[in-house]
Amino acid sequence: MNLVPLFVAIPLGVAFLIPMIGIWWKKSGEVLSTLSMVALSVMALASIGAPAVVHHMGGWVAPKGIAVVADGLSVLLLVAVNVIGLLCIIFSLKYMKEYTGLPKYYALFMLMVAGMNGVVISGDLFNLFVFLEIASIASYALVAFGVEADELEAGFKYLILGSVASVMILFAVGTVYAVTGSLNMADVARTISLDWSGPEMNPALLLAAALFLMGFSLKAALVPFHAWLPDAHPSAPAPISAMLSGVVIKSLGVYAICRVFFNVFGFAATSPTSVIIANSMIGFSVLSIVVGGLAAVGQWDLKRLLAYSSIGQIGYVTLGLGVGARILATGESTALAALAIFGGLFHLVNHAAFKSLLFLSSGAIQTATGTRDMKLLGGIREKMPITATTTNLAALSIAGVPPFSGFWSKLLIIVAVVRAGHLGVAAVAIAMAFVTLVYYVKLQRNIIFGEVGRNVENAREVSAAMYVPLIVLAFVCVGFGILAVTQPAIGERMLGPARDVLLNGAEYVKLVLG
Amino acid sequence: MKGLTLIVKTITDFVVAFIVVFGAYIVLYGHLTPGGGFAGGVIIACAFILLMLGHGKEVAFSRLGERLAHVLDSAGALAFLIIGWIGFWGGYFFLNVFGRGEQFRLISSGMILPINIAIAFKVGTSLFIVFAALAIFRRRSFRSMIEDELS
Amino acid sequence: MTVYFLCVVLLTMGLYCLVAKKNIVKKVIGVVIMDYAVNLYLIIIGYKTGGTAPVVEPGMGERALERFVDPLPQALVLTSIVIGLGVLALMVSMCIRLYEKHGTFDMSQISKLRG
Repeated sequence: MNLVPLFVAIPLGVAFLIPMIGIWWKKSGEVLSTLSMVALSVMALASIGAPAVVHHMGGWVAPKGIAVVADGLSVLLLVAVNVIGLLCIIFSLKYMKEYTGLPKYYALFMLMVAGMNGVVISGDLFNLFVFLEIASIASYALVAFGVEADELEAGFKYLILGSVASVMILFAVGTVYAVTGSLNMADVARTISLDWSGPEMNPALLLAAALFLMGFSLKAALVPFHAWLPDAHPSAPAPISAMLSGVVIKSLGVYAICRVFFNVFGFAATSPTSVIIANSMIGFSVLSIVVGGLAAVGQWDLKRLLAYSSIGQIGYVTLGLGVGARILATGESTALAALAIFGGLFHLVNHAAFKSLLFLSSGAIQTATGTRDMKLLGGIREKMPITATTTNLAALSIAGVPPFSGFWSKLLIIVAVVRAGHLGVAAVAIAMAFVTLVYYVKLQRNIIFGEVGRNVENAREVSAAMYVPLIVLAFVCVGFGILAVTQPAIGERMLGPARDVLLNGAEYVKLVLG
Repeated sequence: MKGLTLIVKTITDFVVAFIVVFGAYIVLYGHLTPGGGFAGGVIIACAFILLMLGHGKEVAFSRLGERLAHVLDSAGALAFLIIGWIGFWGGYFFLNVFGRGEQFRLISSGMILPINIAIAFKVGTSLFIVFAALAIFRRRSFRSMIEDELS
Repeated sequence: MTVYFLCVVLLTMGLYCLVAKKNIVKKVIGVVIMDYAVNLYLIIIGYKTGGTAPVVEPGMGERALERFVDPLPQALVLTSIVIGLGVLALMVSMCIRLYEKHGTFDMSQISKLRG
């Protein structure tokens, strides 16, 4: 009897309990959600390094039954989702005081966490779709939570585009069921590797792969499917922006791409589908890096700049994963693929940490000064020292300044790309890293340093519930950077199992089906 | 909302009880005939929505108050989760601990029957709440539209 | 084979309605048509020529199982219809709220977020 389904059962139960108890006890949302996020974070951190577990629901053994799997990749994302969720809930305790209908906010937040946990531990394609929908619908409602005109429009755009993506994913699930006769991911992987991994391509499987890539890329906001992100992330309340940019696009988008393409379809060296998928991933990532970087330079709205920056950095993550996939698909050295995938996963964890830190500090700045327009801010350093220091650390880290964590992950990705022989792609990535530095220096100059802006004169430091998560995340950014150099064994312990899951895609079948 | 004409009110009074009974039949026999929790829940919600359309919102809320609807909503969902938890003590989530019974009888097939009833509560009250929420918005925006026309 | 092609045609019609119409309620209808197209596709995948409904009745022998259509896609479609209902309720309430704020259903006048 193992505790893996509790990752979904606890937030789901709390999400149902909060509206009921919230009728009589107004503070129920805050208390219950904080307690449950603490419990989930402790459970997630305790499962780092533990061997992989499979839980068969209802006693029915896979492939007839539904399996719930927590292997290395799942544990990595569970830690990211639950720890950042806990910090965002602590931030929301003070930030959301100006909004009404708070029990509904906490219920929707717990539903979003339940959906993301469910996506990450699901062992079944249709289960993945259902939890993806739960998390997406909760996030649509949360983006439009404060019902102003801007937020409603952004929420509506996000809702329509997200529904199109879900329709495509369901179409692909149906096609995979029609071709292989099963929905269990390990069973489908075994059927595909036995029957269709040779040189002839099954057109239905190629259609399903294309639809999956399109649907999950829209959830991950890769260019050309990114149109909802620059509107949705600025309009949401700051803790929701931090969750969306920090964990939702990673667990619903990047994790789903990894699981479906590395484990289910597999990058067998003799099948032409693998090369097409890997090339598409690299193409989308390069487009994302370029568009995200260039569009962010001209922004004067703080959160919109951070949103475009998210698009660019997710491009880096998928570049590392795509290059690793292409090396596996063309059958070259596995060590180089391991390096590329390790770099991609390290950048994923880093980006979750520093992007959520940046969005939370933008929320703190908005609470203290009342604006997000960078022309009206300036000189935060004198009035709000804690917020300014943490924002500074996060900006240096994401721009790739050594010795912070962002530098090491980008270095690993670019080294892997160069050694794989894609010199043009590497040149673009290095150029865009400089552009990232440009717009983060712009952010620092206009917000942190410089003379005190009009809105900043009456600003005071925000309350403790809001700056404690900022300090914790800043420690994580700096800590990962220092640990990456002095103690690489810790990085190996945390990211190694995840990298092994993606590198040896076929091990997943043995884990689930025994 | 005011409600519709006298003909609609009279027919609604006759028909609502039958709709609720029919919805309950679909829910309870969900493991034997097509239907189940979701379809039966929608039918029961339709009965209350018909009441709201025919007589107006106040009469519908006097039959099923807003607070009671929210409490039943969450209670249905929590009942589903608790049924899953009961199986957990046997080793796996949603393990069937209720006993299978004979085929084709009403009380049979383990935990499908309690789950159908829980889902009917959840879905029925959720649809009723959604419709009530949409009805509030319609009244306000219609009035402002008419006021803009007249001014 | 033509049946699958017609499902894709329905999906494309929904996508066209979503893209080409300016009224946001018509865009919502486009999304609903796409949902119906995918549900139809899932049910047709399980169809077997000359099959019967997958309901076991008292007195059926063991050979009856071979004539049933596949019930698994039908379970998937039930879930998908419920999800579609939830999304539709959210979309419609957002349309109503947008009408209250802007006074119009026209998308070109609602979209102010640019850049």
